[in-house]
Amino acid sequence: MSRSSHPTGEELTFFHHERTNETWKRKSPDLRRVSDHLAVCPECRAELARIEAVFAALNAMAVPDPGEDYGRRVWRQISGRLPEKKMTWWTALLAPRRLAAFGVVAAMIVAAFLAGRWIHVGVNMPPAVVQTDEAKTRERVLWLAVGEHLGRSEMMLVELSNAQPRVVGAKQVDISPEQRRAEDLLEENRLYRQSALQQGDTALVGVLDELQRVLLDVAHSPGEIAPAHLRSIQKRIDSQEILFKVRVVRQQLRERRESEPVPQRNTSKLQERNKA
Amino acid sequence: MHESVESAQAALAADALAIERTLAGDRDAYRLLVERYSPNVYRLAYRMTANSHDAEEVVQEAFLRAYQKLEKFEARSNFGTWVYRIAANYAIDRMRQRRNEEARRESPGQIEEGLERDPLDSIPDAAPSPERLAGNTQLAVTIERALASLTPAERVAVVMRHWEGCGIEEIAAALKSNSSAAKNTVFRAVQKLRRALEPFAGGRASAKTMGAES
Repeated sequence: MSRSSHPTGEELTFFHHERTNETWKRKSPDLRRVSDHLAVCPECRAELARIEAVFAALNAMAVPDPGEDYGRRVWRQISGRLPEKKMTWWTALLAPRRLAAFGVVAAMIVAAFLAGRWIHVGVNMPPAVVQTDEAKTRERVLWLAVGEHLGRSEMMLVELSNAQPRVVGAKQVDISPEQRRAEDLLEENRLYRQSALQQGDTALVGVLDELQRVLLDVAHSPGEIAPAHLRSIQKRIDSQEILFKVRVVRQQLRERRESEPVPQRNTSKLQERNKA
Repeated sequence: MHESVESAQAALAADALAIERTLAGDRDAYRLLVERYSPNVYRLAYRMTANSHDAEEVVQEAFLRAYQKLEKFEARSNFGTWVYRIAANYAIDRMRQRRNEEARRESPGQIEEGLERDPLDSIPDAAPSPERLAGNTQLAVTIERALASLTPAERVAVVMRHWEGCGIEEIAAALKSNSSAAKNTVFRAVQKLRRALEPFAGGRASAKTMGAES
C-alpha cells in the first residue's frame, strides 16, 4: 500500500481491534498492508489515534457490580422455569436420586449372579450362552452406572480445583455447592465400591477408595472455608492425581462397554417351543 | 501462562461435563454453567441495555434459551461464547422492542420494520435512570447518550467488539449477517461515537498522535 492509497476508516477500525491478535499478520495480508502504510504515513497514524481515543473514552463507562452471589441469584430465578429434559431409559435409570437405590440393587444383582453361577456348577446346566449374556448385560449396566458416578465426581473435583476467592484477599471461599454434591456422591461411592469389591475389580476399588477420602474431606468441610484450607484440599487432589485416575477409569469403563457387543436375547428355546 | 492455559482447559472440560449431565436429565448440573457465566453475561447485557433491570432480564432469558437449545450446542464450541451470542440476540430484540414502544409513544402510527430503520437513531436518551445519573461523570453521561444513539445492531457490534473482544465472525453470527456487514456495522458505530465523543476523544487523540510522530 503506497502512501497515496490510504486505508479506509473501516480498515483502520478493524486494524485497531486486530493488532493485539498475535496471528493477525499471518492471517490477513490486508492488515499487514495497513501496518506497513501506517509506518510511513503520519496522517493515517493520526486517524488511527483518533479512533483509538474513541475506544479509550468508552472505557469510562462503568458497569454496576451485580454482587458476589449473582450467579446463584440467577439460578434461583430461573431453575423453577427450566423444563425437564427428556431422558432415555438408561439416563432415567441413572438420575441422581435413583442412583443410590440403584447402587444397592446393582450390588445385589452382582452378588446374586455370582452365587447363582457357583450353585449351577455341576448341576444340570442351562444353556451357558443365556447365563453369559445375562451376566454381560448386568455388567454393562454396572459399568454405565459407575461411569456416570465418576463423571459427576470428576465435575465436582474440577470445580473444586478451579475454586478461588472471588475477591483478592477474601477471608472465606464459598464451596457450599461442591460440598453438597460431595455429600450426595459419598453414599453412591460407598455402594459402587462394594459392588466393585464383590466383582473383584481391585483397580476400580482402589480409585473409589481414594475418591472416597477426598469426598469425605469435602463433605465434612463447612460451606465457607479459609483460602488456606481450600488450597490444602486442592493440593491433595493434585498430589494424589485423583482427577487423572478418575478420568482414566472412566475412559476404561467406556472402552470396556464399547468393546463388548450388546448381548442379544437368546430366543432359540422360544422359537423351538413356537414351532412345536 | 501455562497454568492459565491449563485452568482454561479444565474450565472447558468442566463445562463439557456439565452440559453432558444436563442433557442426561440432571437439571442441577446446569447450575454450574449459570453460576460461572452469569456475571460476564450481565456485563455484556448492561453495556447493551444501559439498564440494570433490562440487563438482568437479558441474563435470565439467555440462560433459559440456552437450556432449551442445549441439544443443538456443538460439543467442541465454547459455552461462554454461545450464551453470549444468545444474550446479544435477545438484547437486540429487547432494545428494538423498547425503542418501538417509545417511538409509538412519541409518534403514534409510525411502525418500524427493520433493524437498520430504527426510528430512534436520532432520539437521544433524554431520561437516564437515577442509578445512571448517580455518581456519573460528564463523560460517562455523554458515553451513555452516545451509545443510546446507536441502533441496536450497532450497539451490540461495538459492545461485543470492544469490550468482549469478539471476532468479526462471532459478531456476524450474533447479528445474523455476514462478516463484511458486521465489519461495516462496527465502523458505522465508531463514526457515530466519534462525533458524539469528539470533545473528549479529540484531546487524547492529538496527544497520542504527537507522541506517535515524535
